[in-house]
Amino acid sequence: MSGGTRLENANPLVFQRSGERLLTATDEDENVADPIDDREIFDILIRTVLSQSINDPEHPLSLEELNVVEQLRVNVNDQDSTVAVEFTPTIPHCSMATLIGLSIKVKLLRSLPGRFKIDVHITPGTHASEDAVNKQLADKERVAAALENSQLLEVVNQCLSSRAISGE
Amino acid sequence: MAADSALLLGLVEEFVTGQQDSKAEETATGVKNGQFTILQLVEALGLSLTSSEPQTRGRGVQLLSQVLQQCYGNLQESEVEVLVTFYENRLKDHYVIMPHVLEGLKALTKCLVLPPGSAVSILKSVFQDAHVQSLMLAQRSCVYCILINLMDSREEELKGLGSDFVFGFVQSMDGERDPRNLLLAFQIARKIITQGYEMGKFTEEFFEVTSCYFPIDFTPPPNDPHGITQEELILSLRAVLTGSQRFAEYLLPLIVEKLDSDVQSAKVDSLQTLAACGSLYGHKELSEFLPGLWSSLRREVFQTASEKVETAGLSAVSALVASLSRSVLSSDSEDVLHVFLDLILKDCLHHLAEPDLKLVWPSAKILQAASNASYRASLKVMSAVMPSLLEQYNTQTQVSRERQHPDNVLVEFQKPLCSAVFSALAESSAGLQITATRLLTSLGKQSGEVSNDVPLLLLLLVKSVLANHFCSLSSSLAVMECCGALAYIYPEAFAMRMVPRLKEAIFSAVRRRCVTALASVSSQPSLVQESVPVLLQILTSAHTGMGNSFSSDEVTSVCHSLQRIAEQAGQDPEVGQIFHDIVIPRLLGLAIQAALQGETLSHWPAHQVHYASLMASRAVRLFLDGDVSFLPENAFPSNLQLLKVNSCYQTRTVCLLMACVCSLPRSVEIPEVDRLLVELEELSFTCLHPFSYTSAAKCFAGLINKRPEGRTIKTLLLRYHPLSTSLTDKLFSLLGDSELASHAADGFYLLMSDSPDVLNRGCHANVRIMYRQRFFAENSAKLVQSFNSARKAAYLKALSHMVNNLPKQVQLTELPALLPLLLEALSCPDQGVQLSTLSCLQPVLLDPPAALTTQLDGLVARLLALNSSPSMKVRIASLRCILALSHLPDHLVLPFRAKILQALAVPLDDKKRLVRKEAVLARGEWFLLGNPGR
Repeated sequence: MSGGTRLENANPLVFQRSGERLLTATDEDENVADPIDDREIFDILIRTVLSQSINDPEHPLSLEELNVVEQLRVNVNDQDSTVAVEFTPTIPHCSMATLIGLSIKVKLLRSLPGRFKIDVHITPGTHASEDAVNKQLADKERVAAALENSQLLEVVNQCLSSRAISGE
Repeated sequence: MAADSALLLGLVEEFVTGQQDSKAEETATGVKNGQFTILQLVEALGLSLTSSEPQTRGRGVQLLSQVLQQCYGNLQESEVEVLVTFYENRLKDHYVIMPHVLEGLKALTKCLVLPPGSAVSILKSVFQDAHVQSLMLAQRSCVYCILINLMDSREEELKGLGSDFVFGFVQSMDGERDPRNLLLAFQIARKIITQGYEMGKFTEEFFEVTSCYFPIDFTPPPNDPHGITQEELILSLRAVLTGSQRFAEYLLPLIVEKLDSDVQSAKVDSLQTLAACGSLYGHKELSEFLPGLWSSLRREVFQTASEKVETAGLSAVSALVASLSRSVLSSDSEDVLHVFLDLILKDCLHHLAEPDLKLVWPSAKILQAASNASYRASLKVMSAVMPSLLEQYNTQTQVSRERQHPDNVLVEFQKPLCSAVFSALAESSAGLQITATRLLTSLGKQSGEVSNDVPLLLLLLVKSVLANHFCSLSSSLAVMECCGALAYIYPEAFAMRMVPRLKEAIFSAVRRRCVTALASVSSQPSLVQESVPVLLQILTSAHTGMGNSFSSDEVTSVCHSLQRIAEQAGQDPEVGQIFHDIVIPRLLGLAIQAALQGETLSHWPAHQVHYASLMASRAVRLFLDGDVSFLPENAFPSNLQLLKVNSCYQTRTVCLLMACVCSLPRSVEIPEVDRLLVELEELSFTCLHPFSYTSAAKCFAGLINKRPEGRTIKTLLLRYHPLSTSLTDKLFSLLGDSELASHAADGFYLLMSDSPDVLNRGCHANVRIMYRQRFFAENSAKLVQSFNSARKAAYLKALSHMVNNLPKQVQLTELPALLPLLLEALSCPDQGVQLSTLSCLQPVLLDPPAALTTQLDGLVARLLALNSSPSMKVRIASLRCILALSHLPDHLVLPFRAKILQALAVPLDDKKRLVRKEAVLARGEWFLLGNPGR
């Protein structure tokens, strides 16, 4: 980010990060099955390992710090095998909304068992072209086609790569 | 004489027309020996120098120049004068001759006897007749050398030239492109500035001709033989540009312009150059450009994504503020420092009011940088920032902003700051408490400044130690640290005010914190004297049963605290004395008494005795390091009988004995050592109580280690004693035994790992270097040999224990031979072996040896098979290894990508969350493999 280019939103609100998930005794117990829960999905998106969190390509801050993804807006039903994630763009005209949504979707596709049905959409009322973005994200074929595009795939992978931490 | 001149003519002839370069060397030797003079050489050259062929003339001059280069020290002033005139004339000659002429002049400028006036005339001719930038690289360098030589020896004469000299130089270096020559040119430029040559009306030209290289972008070619780095060029150019205040009006706009660049290195260079200006420039130079500079600096710090740029920007801010604070004000000018700080405050202050927004951090950093620069600046910044911070603090207590206080010059704000800290301490947010205590520590370290407030501070600390709301672990840790740091500076105050308070509170509900606090403040002898009796008193009362309220945990923590005090004391003989005189006798007494009372003492559990013994060992070590004459004879005569009694409560005290005896330096003789050994041996084989017999065995081992002649294998191993081999063989044969095999394998773990309480260097044990490597080298072969026998599992276990404890370098060299075995171990059904092998493989995979590449197939298959192991630890470890594999070079692992991605889909649905977590990590990395944007 050089001095010449101007950021869309140079001074965003920064939110506190939630702490590491605490280990409980049942986590270590071989005989207890842990169901996949909201927090686990949230951690996959945000804090699997901090460096692997999806970075908004515009800001070297994690999506959690920008409040794009909140645990509140992650809904999992392990038995029915469904996941629904709502994300909130930092500003109503954020041009990156589709890319962020796509990155979230790809991360979930790669990290969840195949039985899950994954639904990613914008938090209602937080983006100017909400419907259009949601439609794109819900369309399986368009998502698949987008990932065929090697330039787009590169950007998505950069978001998901452990090496995309700073703005270098 | 005639023969000599004939010889000289011959040499000249062969050099000029015969083209034999070696003849120059011979001629030079002749001149040096006094065989011929320079004038004779010139005469002999006569024909060639007047020849109509430029090539021949060139050859002649070349010979003369080469001789001069070696013989310039032998010349007379009159000779030099003639030669200078000759060369100056030659400068007008054909271009073929020019290189040799310059070489000759370079040699002449090194002459100490250069006649007055020649320097000026040489320079004038060079500037006039040689168009420097049309010359070849080597000749340009020659011109720069001539300049440097003359500047070194004839400074006064050159200054007589006035600004013409600078003009000549500017013309010569204008357009220079070679980095080697640039270094020379920058050196000259730097000299012109520092030695005060007159620049006159050419100041701007001089700046232009050097600043056109700024910022330097130079990548040395690969295998560069000259070894010039970009760094070197940057630094020498920066020295020129920032060398004079007269450049300020040109340099500062240039920096502002370059800061707009998109190239990060250019920004960093500009910011660093700006910071370098700070040391020379004053308000006169800076004032005009401050608004422009500030807006660029603000943009860089606020918007950069690079830490380098931010750091450089902040240090530039500091440098500017420092230089503004330094400059002397004239009566009619306003204080530029205030103007600049006002600018900064105007832009930063309002960001502080919005602590949830991103820009609050860069703003705080800028303010810190500014206020750290000088006393005056910090006064101004503080007075502006503090009220708003305090106000903010009062209104919203959630987030701590205290880190913006710089660690210096806070006198003015002592009162409000202290009250802020006080109220922060009273808050319930753990983060706030920690920051507040840290701040308190740093305040306390500014000795002198808070000394008036020490009583107040102490009151506060005592309150926080005792306060119930200090429940979170990290905040009480911070308080303890703070106590420790301050107690080191103000031991008297702590002894007077804090220790008594803690003593009173020792029987209250928060006694454990009191105990820890006592331990952390006991860093000075005077404090140890106060605090140790209190701790001992607790032990006594716990022991006599009077303080039934003390749980065994608490007693343990008391012992732990004593141990910590002993550790903190280091080599302090005074503390050692206290321990020797008071603590050890009391402890031994208590321990033995407790042992004799037998089973009634349920609150004297084994691990606590263990602590006490550790403590005693540290104390003994501490004391004896200073004073070897002390022999602990009187300390444990009664112990010997204790060893015979077969009650496990009494035999436990053997570990106390171990602690004392085994920590003694080798030079101290232990009384009745033989009898002791016999009894210990007996005890270790007969006693059924595990704690006792291991202690006895350890003690035995510790003693053996120090015997002048001589669990015992480890001892011998440490000394690399020949006996050890036979004992090891015994262990090997046990591996074949069906019942003991597993225990024997664990024995190898004991041999290879470090034990914390005996047999380490700290206990003066006789440890040979590299005993592990030697042991491994001798025994791994045996293991591999007997591997094919029936007891595979035990051998593999032994092997993986051995490899696990080896240093990494050794592991890497041994790995090729062992790899097949380790792979075999992966498919061994014993989970312990699998886990141990995986944990030994994983670090190796991060930096894999070449031998691994041929085994990848088998490795991947075995790792994937382990993913369905019933033990979650094995599953986790194997997933970690698979993750590590993804970092191998692409061409090696790409063939496995599809297979692994498919296989990893299964653990994504594992029933354990911890396993799924590893699977997600590993699968994510494998997905990126070979894809764009990795």
